[in-house]
Amino acid sequence: MQTLGRVLRAGAVLGMAAVMFSTVAAQGRGGAAPQTPAAPAAPAPPPTGKAGAPVDLTGTWVSVITEDWRWRMVTPPKGDYASLPINMDAKKAADTWDPAKDEAAGEACKGYGAPGLMRQPTRLRITWQDDNTMKVEADAGTQTRLLHFGDWKAPGGAGTLQGDTTASWETGARGRGGAPAPPPMFGNLKTVTKNLKPGYLRKNGVPYSDKATLTEYWDLLRQPNGEQWIVITTVVEDPTYLARTWITSLNFKKEANGSKWDPSPCTAR
Amino acid sequence: MHRTLTAFTLAFTLAGAGQASAQALQAAAALQGTFVDLSGTWANRLHEDFLERAPGPQIGDYSGLPINDEARAVADAYQVSMQNMPERQCILYTTQYIVMGPQNLRIQQELDPISGAVVAYHMSGTVDRAVHDVFMDGRPHPSPNAPHSAGGFSTGKWEGRLLTVTTTHLKSGLVWRNGVPHSDQATMVEHYARHDNMLTVTMILTDPVYWEEPFIRSATFEIDANTRVLPEPCEPQVEIPRSPGEVPHYLPGANPYLAEFPKLYNLPAEAARGGAKTTYPEYGKALRSTYKAPDKCTVNCCAGTTLAMMNNAQAMCRADDAPATPPAATPPANPPTTTPPARRE
Repeated sequence: MQTLGRVLRAGAVLGMAAVMFSTVAAQGRGGAAPQTPAAPAAPAPPPTGKAGAPVDLTGTWVSVITEDWRWRMVTPPKGDYASLPINMDAKKAADTWDPAKDEAAGEACKGYGAPGLMRQPTRLRITWQDDNTMKVEADAGTQTRLLHFGDWKAPGGAGTLQGDTTASWETGARGRGGAPAPPPMFGNLKTVTKNLKPGYLRKNGVPYSDKATLTEYWDLLRQPNGEQWIVITTVVEDPTYLARTWITSLNFKKEANGSKWDPSPCTAR
Repeated sequence: MHRTLTAFTLAFTLAGAGQASAQALQAAAALQGTFVDLSGTWANRLHEDFLERAPGPQIGDYSGLPINDEARAVADAYQVSMQNMPERQCILYTTQYIVMGPQNLRIQQELDPISGAVVAYHMSGTVDRAVHDVFMDGRPHPSPNAPHSAGGFSTGKWEGRLLTVTTTHLKSGLVWRNGVPHSDQATMVEHYARHDNMLTVTMILTDPVYWEEPFIRSATFEIDANTRVLPEPCEPQVEIPRSPGEVPHYLPGANPYLAEFPKLYNLPAEAARGGAKTTYPEYGKALRSTYKAPDKCTVNCCAGTTLAMMNNAQAMCRADDAPATPPAATPPANPPTTTPPARRE
């Protein structure tokens, strides 16, 4: 056993050395100078969001409402703020909620901004719009969120329902003893959304302001029976209306196809 | 130590060289988990599932639960005062209660003294929740005929930065405190995902006896060294004198309180009864054509972020809403007709 261990270790170290050598050589960094000087190779560009994806989030996903059913599946009564860490300003604003006014003002989608949208009973269709943009469509309210990877810069301007979202993969991969990190085979998506137009955290008028920030961590969970779930840990910060961060987690199950996709307009009630 | 390093190196080498076999992927997945520290004291945030986890669900509220008729029959017959029978006071909630209850969570890791590898996680019990031991050393689950317990038998493995735990050998128990059960045939898969100072625990409960579909729940905790994990021992005592053998219950069809929950929220009775179909968006769409929200919230309306803050928050709302001198309430002669006080958290 000892001998086998030594052999394995030796083989592994040799293998690692080979990989490190090839990596270093490919990147043209470190080590002894080559015999024949050549123009230093340009560092490899970071992979695009699509190429660097450690997990595949694309497909059609359905929200399974086994939590907060009464607040999500139907619109709760006015004045129901249970579980929301709101402050008194939010309470006052929510107490003036009038869905008829929202409808008349063309604001029926206030419950479908990014922080509220993801809690709706909805299906999500996730695709790559391009190599650095993930598109998340929701059939509830017929909304589209764009998640931008890389060095994307928000265009600025007035806030929007879905805001400006930057995205990155969190792989946690790191080398050991100075070795380079292994390729990302596991990880989650992190998104941060700002520049939101004011809307509702809950459809009964509990507000968030234009200063709100939505941070989401998207984990892909694979089950022994083959099912796949995305669980999104969701953090809303809002200095205007929240007494502290609001933290929830949302569960979406992957569907075999998009046959149940059923776009519907926003409703204020 | 050597073994750990060797395994790491081997996994890294195979994966990095683009020769990843299934075995190497598995090894790499396990090793990524060694960079994630789950140990510490985690504070529960009641930012969702507040009613079920804090004050307790109302009688007859099975909304959003993919249960079957068997489960409904058990829950309809349930009387919460059953819990103050001395012989039942100290029965523990099963480990699924980590995501179903209001308590905080303490996670301790047990290390191999030589290699430093995590060989087990010990997740705290509380006054009424079983300890959750998760073995990481690759041991198999016991025979199906082995005894069941409230904690069950759990093994874990790292899948990247996710800890996946599989639990079998659970005793039957309560999922919701209004009597919704799981059976001793239930199995549970949990995923622990740490993001910065947050820990999201997702639980998927599969039960061929009482549940139509796997039941998913997730709860997020924040690390907080100052939070409390209540380890108080349970001491049974007689709270209500009863005749020997008397077990509080309702006979089938005799629970008089089942209609109150749907009436309170203008919901059709069928919606309150749960079932898998009620958890999908199309059910909500169908419901919306007839549903009209009550004009105003009247019960459990206010913000609650922790159990300790809940009462304060309720008081804040009452202070703001209620008249200066609230009318004196007459104590009910019978069991309460809305949210019954839950004896156990």
